[in-house]
Amino acid sequence: MQPNELIIQVQQKNERAFQQMYAMYSENIFGVIYAVLKDEALSEEVLQDVFIKIWNNSTSYSEKKGRFFTWILNIARNAAIDKTRSKSYKNAKQNQSDDYFVDILEEKSSFSHKIDAIGVQKYIDSLEPLCKNIIDLLFFKGYTQKEASKALEIPLGTIKTRNRSCIKTLRKTLAV
Amino acid sequence: MNIEKYISSGILELYVYGVLSEEENTAVYEVLQAHPELEKEIREIEVGLMQLSTAVAPYEPRAVYDRIKDKLELNKDEAPVIPLGQKRSNWPAYLGWAASIALLIGLVAQFNINKKLQQQIVNNKTEKIILEGKINVAEEDLSKTKLLLNIIRNKDIIAIPLQAQEVDPTAYAAVYWDKKNQTTYIDVVGLPTPPPGKVYQVWSLKLNPLTPTSLGVLDDFENNNNKVFALTNRNESEAFGITLEPEGGSESPTLEQLYTLGMVAS
Repeated sequence: MQPNELIIQVQQKNERAFQQMYAMYSENIFGVIYAVLKDEALSEEVLQDVFIKIWNNSTSYSEKKGRFFTWILNIARNAAIDKTRSKSYKNAKQNQSDDYFVDILEEKSSFSHKIDAIGVQKYIDSLEPLCKNIIDLLFFKGYTQKEASKALEIPLGTIKTRNRSCIKTLRKTLAV
Repeated sequence: MNIEKYISSGILELYVYGVLSEEENTAVYEVLQAHPELEKEIREIEVGLMQLSTAVAPYEPRAVYDRIKDKLELNKDEAPVIPLGQKRSNWPAYLGWAASIALLIGLVAQFNINKKLQQQIVNNKTEKIILEGKINVAEEDLSKTKLLLNIIRNKDIIAIPLQAQEVDPTAYAAVYWDKKNQTTYIDVVGLPTPPPGKVYQVWSLKLNPLTPTSLGVLDDFENNNNKVFALTNRNESEAFGITLEPEGGSESPTLEQLYTLGMVAS
């Protein structure tokens, strides 16, 4: 899933490649943003900004920095977190509680046709509470191990291995 | 290197999350270069995460693409029409030869210029990578500082200055207590770096009778640039104190090593 051809073409400002890239990543990036903001309109705004950034700054990506997936994930998380400091977010979120991505999934009734919806639901149903927290902080919110260890009050050394076992179950349930 | 062990350490997941430090990230990249067989593992982690985050999306955001296109003004500029060459004229043949020779000279010169420019590109690229690294570090520092400022400015926060004690009359510290979220932020920029094998330990105190409860130790003091530590505090604290303790902390405070102390104003 490292779409090298596509990246090079987008770096050369190939519009069709950009559209393909959008088709590939927009929904999952939208999910990451939505997990932070829990507001459809605001998440759309951020999604738009993120892809404009990808188009304008694509040449600053190189494989040395990490996976392309990771690169856009970082852009999206940062943009979403920036948005939480905005006035429009604060107005929209006055009376809402902080939910985990899991709560969003539990309330959902229909899923994207791109994914193994039954698998994801099975995973969520069987997910340990600590896994919910760890995946939420590290993957969806971009916490470092240290920050997550402090927030959850579990030893730094366990974060990495616990997270691995949470993701391992995900892969097993989805058979990837 | 034991690849199985490396995989099961869980570092690859964090690499895909993008939450490693820059050095750790580079180290993983180098291992990946040396062990292409890890690509499969990375890909599977990615696919799992793609599915999970796609599931969170409320719907497929197709309509947003049109807005992006408008914003970027893609598709708007028609390709410019290049005029076709004019009717060929009948140049005498010797002019053609002269042109070829001029072209040859030009090519040699161009080749040299090209070489120089390429070298310059390489130099510029290196410079750019270094600058980008610096910007990243600065941005990270800035966002941490902003976060701290937000915390301290919050109106629900109680600020408690901790005064120096006999051990070190120059020491000072401050506690910012967010009662609602049961969190205390300990600002210890005014404490000396603890000697090797020692750590600072923060205590919540009840005064009547005097009962200390440990809030935790300030691990990794030197690497915390802001010198602000967040610790959970579920106590009805009446005072806070900081003592120097052996690594790992102590059951009860070593009072001879009490560095700072402050009462909560009631």
